[in-house]
This record gives sequence, structure tokens and C-alpha cells, in this order.
Amino acid sequence: MLSQLGDDAKLLAGGQSLIPLMKLRFANPAHLIDLNFIAGTSYIHNANSALRFGPLTRHAEIENSDIPARIPILYDCAAGIADVQVRNRGTIGGSLAEADPSGDWAVVLSTLATQVRCLGKNGERTVHLKDFIQDAYTTALAHDELVSEVVVDIPAKGSGGAYLAFKRAAPVYPTASAAVQLTMDGNVCKDAAIALGCVGLTAIKAKDAEAALRGRPISERTLSAVAEAARAAADPQSDMRGSADYKRTLVGALVRRAITIAVRRARGEHVEVSHLYA
Amino acid sequence: MNVPMKVTVNGKLHALDVEPRMLLVEMVREQLDLTGTHVGCDTTYCGACTVLLNGAAVKSCTMFAVQADGAEITTVEGLEKDGQLHPIQKAFGDAYGLQCGYCTPGLMLSTLQLLSENKQPDEKDMRKAIAGNTCRCTGYQNVLKAMQLAAQNMKGA
Ligand SMILES: Cc1cc2nc3c(=O)[nH]c(=O)nc-3n(C[C@H](O)[C@H](O)[C@H](O)COP(=O)(O)OP(=O)(O)OC[C@H]3O[C@@H](n4cnc5c(N)ncnc54)[C@H](O)[C@@H]3O)c2cc1C
Ligand code: FES
Ligand code: FES
Repeated sequence: MLSQLGDDAKLLAGGQSLIPLMKLRFANPAHLIDLNFIAGTSYIHNANSALRFGPLTRHAEIENSDIPARIPILYDCAAGIADVQVRNRGTIGGSLAEADPSGDWAVVLSTLATQVRCLGKNGERTVHLKDFIQDAYTTALAHDELVSEVVVDIPAKGSGGAYLAFKRAAPVYPTASAAVQLTMDGNVCKDAAIALGCVGLTAIKAKDAEAALRGRPISERTLSAVAEAARAAADPQSDMRGSADYKRTLVGALVRRAITIAVRRARGEHVEVSHLYA
Repeated sequence: MNVPMKVTVNGKLHALDVEPRMLLVEMVREQLDLTGTHVGCDTTYCGACTVLLNGAAVKSCTMFAVQADGAEITTVEGLEKDGQLHPIQKAFGDAYGLQCGYCTPGLMLSTLQLLSENKQPDEKDMRKAIAGNTCRCTGYQNVLKAMQLAAQNMKGA
């Protein structure tokens, strides 16, 4: 249908980004193809140590599934997006396809091994998340392709993660956010993935911050070095949510706090976190 | 070009012809004359337009009417049964959970989704449930009291 209708056609998933944009006339599609009536597009399957999400799986379905116990960072994300009403509609596929610089899923999923399955008239292909999101609002999807599945490797046992976002109110995007997934060996961090949200055109994988954590004991000195590296990796813009300096400082503090929670979770502790409000 | 659709609103089946671009809230207010569902912001922020779609709270300003084809919608007018206020409505009155009332239909429907899933919500559950509903009058304290009272009133139910 997409190839038949041409450039003026758009897919409609949860509509929680597209409909507001249409009201603002930022999006002006002549045709909308509603995916919501296609059966079997909303599911969470657990197979071969990976979770497979149907493209229309709502944030609320992920929040209310049995995921929280298994991969807490996914719950942090799903339960923290906007409010109940938006989570009841918004979808994981729509969120990745929108590639909003402030979207939460792209940040969290870039700390886990994530593949995006893209379906077009020439068949299905698998794109690694880091190649899928190319720029703000820009993905590897061809015009006649859709996201058909999101595949996330389940982190190994002994791995812990946390996602923290700082927001002014529920129904707005965060001011800054940080995702950390790590594995521990005693008090030493064996491996770590760190991603920053809302401080660049896409989620930023903070490689230097990861390096500052990997192989180090969790100490004040390590945390300061990691936070410093995260601040350096951030490339925020001043806007109504805060100045660039403010966001840079904030994201460092979020990384630091997310690490301490991830470490506790890696030890098997149950730690509840929720988004932080100004 | 209008499209035909069928939707059950507050238990009553309606067969309608709607413009594809019509929003759900416009259908509810203008075609069905159920004006208890309000439009506060039209930007998916305030939650004054909250209705239940197959039991789940949604912002009806951010969904097309045709998307509700075959669905069940509950609006504030569907809370009252046989001239009796719903326990949630009664609680909002008894606990002074409203002042101007503009936000109240949305808050009550968010409360209904919460209480249908969780009979004994704690304060955190309640705050989370209404995080998408803006109230400019009450400061939320009495809203939380009303929600607590509603939970108590509905325990037997
Ligand atoms: C008030 C408010 C607050 C919000 N706050 C947050 C927040 O804090 N964090 C956050 O992450 N998000 C937030 N969101 C956005 C929300 O998570 C959206 O649901 C999400 O970004 C888009 O998903 P959707 O299913 O609604 O997509 P839609 O709005 O339906 O679609 C978005 C875009 O993706 C395309 N698309 C959708 N599905 C597919 C698919 N399967 N394949 C290819 N293309 C597709 C559409 O054509 C469209 O261009 C907020 C939204 C609102 C209204
Ligand atoms: S009118 Fe729908 S959210 Fe405000
Ligand atoms: S009672 Fe007036 S806005 Fe809530």
C-alpha cells in the first residue's frame, strides 16, 4: 500500500507523535494507513535468549508484562514514558520509527543488543539499532518499509541496568536521561554500556564514559570520572527545557545515579526507580 | 468522503458516518452530543478529553474517530447508572475533589481505569494514574482523597 500510495502516505501506529504533528501541520499526509487493525502485531515473545516485540506493542503492555522482573531497564523505560493515556496508545515500533531526539526507547535499547526488523515489498531485513537511527527524525527505513519487529537480547545473568529520566511533568519529554547496563565481578565493573538521551540529535553512546567504568572498582573516583566523560560526550542544545550547560550537568548526575542503581540490581537487589521530576 | 463506522458508547451501539479526519473527541461531543468530555489543550497534554477505549484511558483528542470502529467507549456520561451517581462521582463530590470541574470527567475516567486494575491503590499508584490529567484548581490533594474514598466505596462492589 505504501508503495502504491506514494510519498503522501504515512503509517499510523499509536498516533501519539503523528497526530499532534498533524495538528501542528508539521506532518501533512494525504493518506494514513492505520496499522492498529492488523491482528498479531502486538506481542512480546521470549525465545532463544531474546525478547521479540511486535511493532504495535504499547508502552503500557510492556510496563504491565512480566518483563520488569527480568530486565528492569525496560520497565524503567516503558513505565516512565509520558502518562497512562499516552502509554496505552504509543508503541515501541512507532517510537523507534519516529526517532525523536528525546524518545526514550532508542536510549535504553542502545545499551542492549537490539535489532530492528524492517519489512518491505522485497522482503524483510534486520538492521542493528545503531544503524537504524541515523539522525534526528531519520531512520534507515525506506519509504515503503515498516518496522515489523524489535528484537532485544536478554542481558546475561549478573547484568544489571537502570534508566533515569529527568522531566518537568509526566506528559512531556525528558530534559535529559541516562541508561546504564553493566555486569559486575565483585566490586569491579566487568563491562558497561552507557547511553545519554535528549542531549544530542540522537541517543548518544558514551564510549569514553563506558571505558572509564570498565575494569574499575565502583568508587567515588570512578563515578566522578565516568560522569565527567558523560558530560563531555553530551552535545545538548539550549531550549525551553533548559540551557545546554544545565543539561550537561544534569546528564552527568543521572549517569552517576543510574550506575549505582544498576550495580545494586546486578547484585540481585530489587530497586524501584521512577522518573525524576523537577 | 465520509466513512461508516459502528461504535458502542456507554453501552449503546451507534452507527455513524464520519469524516476520516474527525477526532474521537469531536465525534463524542458533536455527533453524539456527549459534552462531558472536554477539550482543554488539544495538544495531548491536559487529559481533559480522557475517555476509556475498551477499558483503557486514552486522550480522545489524539485518536481519530474511525479508529474506534468496533470498540467500546466510556465517557463520563456512562458512569451514572439508573439515576445513581457512580461511586467515583460520589467520592469526588464528597471529598471536594473538584472546583471548576473542567478536568473532572477526565480524572474520574483515569480513576476508573486504575480501580478496575487495582482495588487498593497506594498514593504512588494514584499519582501515577492521574499524571496525565492536569487540574488548575484543586492542587490535587482533594483529588487524591476522592480517589482513596472511591476505592473504599467500591471495595464491596
Ligand atoms: C504528551 C506526550 C508526551 C510524550 N512523552 C514521551 C516521553 O517522555 N518519552 C518518549 O519516548 N515518548 C514520549 N511521547 C511519544 C510517545 O512515546 C509516542 O507514542 C511515540 O514516540 C510514537 O509512537 P506511536 O506508536 O504513537 O507512533 P505514531 O505517532 O503513530 O507514529 C510516529 C511515526 O512513526 C511512523 N511509524 C509508526 N509505526 C511504524 C512502523 N511500525 N513502521 C514504520 N513506521 C512507523 C509513523 O508513520 C510516524 O511517522 C510522548 C507523546 C505525547 C503525546
Ligand atoms: S484536550 Fe486532549 S489532552 Fe488536552
Ligand atoms: S477543578 Fe478546575 S481544573 Fe480541575
